[in-house]
Amino acid sequence: MHIDLTDQYRHSESLIHHLDPRVKVVVTLFFILAVGLIRDGSWITFGALFLGILGYAAASRLGMFYAVRRSIIAIPFLLAAAPLPFIIPGPALISFPALNLTITEPGTIRFVSIMIRTFIAVQAGILLSATTPFPDLVWGMCSLRIPRPLVAVIAFMYRYIFVLADEAIRLMRARAARSPEIPGKGKPSFIWRGRVTGSMVGSLFLRSLDRSERVYGAMASRGYDGEMRTYSTFHMCGSDWVSLIVFSLLILGSLSLMFLR
Amino acid sequence: MLLSPTPLHIPDGFLSIGVSIVGWFLAVIFIGIALRQTKDQLGERQVPLMGILAAFIFAAQAINFPVAAGTSGHLLGGTLAAIVLGPWAGTLVMTAVIAVQALLFQDGGLLVMGWNIMNMGVITAFTGFAVYMLVVRFLGSTTRSRLIGGFIGAWVSVVISAIAAAIELAISGTSPLHLGLPAMAGVHALIGLGEGVITVGAIGLLQASRPQVLTSGETAPGRRSAVFTLIGLLVALGVSAFSPLASAHPDGLEFIAELQGFLGLAKESSYELMPDYTLPFLSDPVLTTILAVAVGTLVVFGLVWFIARTSVQRGTIGE
Amino acid sequence: MHHTLDIQNLHFSYPDGRKALRGVSLFINPGEKTALVGPNGSGKSTLLLHLNGILRGEGEVHVCGKELTEDSLRQIRASVGLVFQDPDDQLFSQSVYEDVAFGPLYMDLPKDEVAQKVRQALEAVGMAGSEPRVPHHLSEGEKKRVAIATVLSMDPEVLALDEPTAGLDPRGRRELIQLLRGLPQTMLVATHDMRMVAELFDRTVIIDEGKVVADGPTAQVLAEPHLLEMHGLEAP
Repeated sequence: MHIDLTDQYRHSESLIHHLDPRVKVVVTLFFILAVGLIRDGSWITFGALFLGILGYAAASRLGMFYAVRRSIIAIPFLLAAAPLPFIIPGPALISFPALNLTITEPGTIRFVSIMIRTFIAVQAGILLSATTPFPDLVWGMCSLRIPRPLVAVIAFMYRYIFVLADEAIRLMRARAARSPEIPGKGKPSFIWRGRVTGSMVGSLFLRSLDRSERVYGAMASRGYDGEMRTYSTFHMCGSDWVSLIVFSLLILGSLSLMFLR
Repeated sequence: MLLSPTPLHIPDGFLSIGVSIVGWFLAVIFIGIALRQTKDQLGERQVPLMGILAAFIFAAQAINFPVAAGTSGHLLGGTLAAIVLGPWAGTLVMTAVIAVQALLFQDGGLLVMGWNIMNMGVITAFTGFAVYMLVVRFLGSTTRSRLIGGFIGAWVSVVISAIAAAIELAISGTSPLHLGLPAMAGVHALIGLGEGVITVGAIGLLQASRPQVLTSGETAPGRRSAVFTLIGLLVALGVSAFSPLASAHPDGLEFIAELQGFLGLAKESSYELMPDYTLPFLSDPVLTTILAVAVGTLVVFGLVWFIARTSVQRGTIGE
Repeated sequence: MHHTLDIQNLHFSYPDGRKALRGVSLFINPGEKTALVGPNGSGKSTLLLHLNGILRGEGEVHVCGKELTEDSLRQIRASVGLVFQDPDDQLFSQSVYEDVAFGPLYMDLPKDEVAQKVRQALEAVGMAGSEPRVPHHLSEGEKKRVAIATVLSMDPEVLALDEPTAGLDPRGRRELIQLLRGLPQTMLVATHDMRMVAELFDRTVIIDEGKVVADGPTAQVLAEPHLLEMHGLEAP
């Protein structure tokens, strides 16, 4: 779980870091969309987009394999797709007659394609959060037509996850300090443990509720009237537009590789 | 890094583009309504309250309790959020959580976020809340009924959310329904026990320390539309589960496989015309069905919401 | 009547019926630094929250000559800088700049004036140049100072602080006391830090169970040990 709440942002003086956050968000979404549109088995196209990721990571001065090192595909979902090689009909690759199971070529292609898509898409997300400070990301969304109250809620959430995560950790430490494992005595039941966890959640809730009331008080004390006023204004400059166009063309170009051969 | 509290945070690549778009379409509508409802409900407190409670859910999801053999149970929180805040505020809070988890930690994809929000935000909040309210209405407003309602509501919300995810995966051709649905439902029937127990613990503490919190959640806006929305969503789920994957096709997966173009592979498709490729989701009969279902859901929901709104107005005029 | 606080016969009960203030009357003169002391639950924080209308009780509150009403709220909130006990409640924005700019921004000041006020306020608290910093990366002492800057940027006439030295290490405490010493505003400070009271404040008010039980020059009030003990306090 994300108890390690280190900021995902990695500062570096690179062209990518200095780009308008909206450009990065749009390019990332377009990239992930493109990844989703690639047909199964288009290895060259997958390869081109993967190279794009490596290039983007390198251009961000984070190291070419920055995102690769940080992506582990979610195991439960790997299992969800695992039946595909066995189920999709087609020419067989490997047979297990004793188990009445066959791994087919189309099935394997489909399965591997899904894995590659997730692998590449996750890396695009990693690079987005590594090159864009979260507040910029969030306020940049205002100009992408996301409703301001929602953006403000997300901004507040981000501000307070560290504070509340600390409180949660303190609750867990206090629980650990009072949970000795004495050899010979049985462990408390599932229900008891769950209810203790629930009590911790409940008390964290009350503390959060009270804090939100105090924060509201602090906001009202400084003149808050319910309307969120934007602080940062982003201005698209020449290099932002150029980057947007260049990246979009590169993505489209990679997609078009699917039609060659 | 990609270990979720429950295996419900679908990553990018597991849902098809068409399915993802439908998910976003629905999510945007629900989020829009949730924003308006919470603004009416909370006024100036909307932003700080929703934001800090979203941070609470995030932190609460980190609190673990050892279940067995090294695994831990965690709270998802949609039902709890809906019980104490009402289903719309609960939806908004969960949306913020899911958005930050996806953007910051790649817990859940960006394109598939629409469905993640629907599954873990809307479905858990509304089903959990509806079940809780039904139990409390049926058994009376006592501590015991709230605990029972909370447990069942939380359990049901997780299982139904998992079933929805399984259906979405099946329609996308990622996970065969006849394997995926029992697996997801089965696993989450167990995970739901953890959700239920933690929710009960939380309700118990709130009942003891500050019962007003529970009563205010029960009278939050959206409680009438919650039951109807729930019915609408379940109907939509049921229909979509049975439509393209209908048993009219002896092998449901073969039908999907055909549509996805497995038979023939990429080698053949390289000679297909551009139009046929560029917009696969519009020529896809599977997606047409899904769109129909989505529209149907919206119609049901729209009718329900309209009825709920007009009945509220009637109430105020009469005062 | 500028830079003054005038509280007349203030009563307040919480929603659960608990009586928090029982007829508090207090007049703070321009430029006066007054300490508000008393045991936990005596009503110190509650009283401070009445100064800018976050809580509304029965009785009259006049801030800088203006009566506190629904209409005068916005004006009064710009005149009284209320600094909360927990700086994490006060620093709710994404960066130091945004937090300190919040007040001026909501006073509808133009962008460059806002930037100037931010700079001045941060300088006044010894945090010049910290505009881009992120709140959760600040130390406790830095947070407290930025919290004060967030209200200073609104050019208040009166400052009301709730337990400013609580939770600070000795160095942080020393820095904060220096800071408060240098600020020209009229001040009402709720605190348990009796040594700071003796060092910094000309006047001390003891409040207990919602009532003012002593009000006079600090030296005088602190010289009565049995009075202090009776109200859960200790001489420094």
